[in-house]
Amino acid sequence: MNKLVVRYFAVYRESTGLGEESVTSAAATPEALFAESARRYPGLERFEAARVAINDELASWDSPLSDGDTVLFFPPVAGG
Amino acid sequence: MFEICTGSVDSTRLARELADPACGGYATFEGWVRNHHEGRSVSGLEYEVYEPLAVKEGETVLAEALERFDINRAACIHAQGALDIGELAVWVGVSAPHRDAAFDACRYIIDQIKIRLPIWKKEFYVEGDSGWVNCEVCASKV
Repeated sequence: MNKLVVRYFAVYRESTGLGEESVTSAAATPEALFAESARRYPGLERFEAARVAINDELASWDSPLSDGDTVLFFPPVAGG
Repeated sequence: MFEICTGSVDSTRLARELADPACGGYATFEGWVRNHHEGRSVSGLEYEVYEPLAVKEGETVLAEALERFDINRAACIHAQGALDIGELAVWVGVSAPHRDAAFDACRYIIDQIKIRLPIWKKEFYVEGDSGWVNCEVCASKV
């Protein structure tokens, strides 16, 4: 089990009702971690253009997670 | 030279830094807050920015432009927070020896900024409701 900080942005922050939470999880990847969050927060949707970052580095959905990581879930971006 | 600012963008200072005696062309792009989107009347916007990664990725985009095009300098500022109609949300400036590269690099930078940076736009409609805007590619679910 890893102790992780999970942060949610924009529509994800609104869907979960929080910007950040600490979790203890057996999820090995951001993909699995997101699925766990989506079970707790039914409004959370995994859009195709959603991205994930680990410790402020863009990562892939199958990157390995380590104890102490901060995982950032980004809904589809819309800058400009 | 990538910056995030709060409220409407003021490009005066960064535009000055693009001046270069070796450059004969200076191209800019300004993104303004528009009063309509997909048939709805918009009264204002709010940008949410995850600044640490937005700045890092923004600098990467500018470095790519300097690598790919024959330009000398490039800069970009993106707003965060609340903006009114007509305010400046994003500014890109490029100086180059010749105009073609300046135009091309400017286009490259704004296109990449829109799809790569962790920035989200919430629109407020005249009817009083609001919604998060998604880029063209994000409608589908996994």
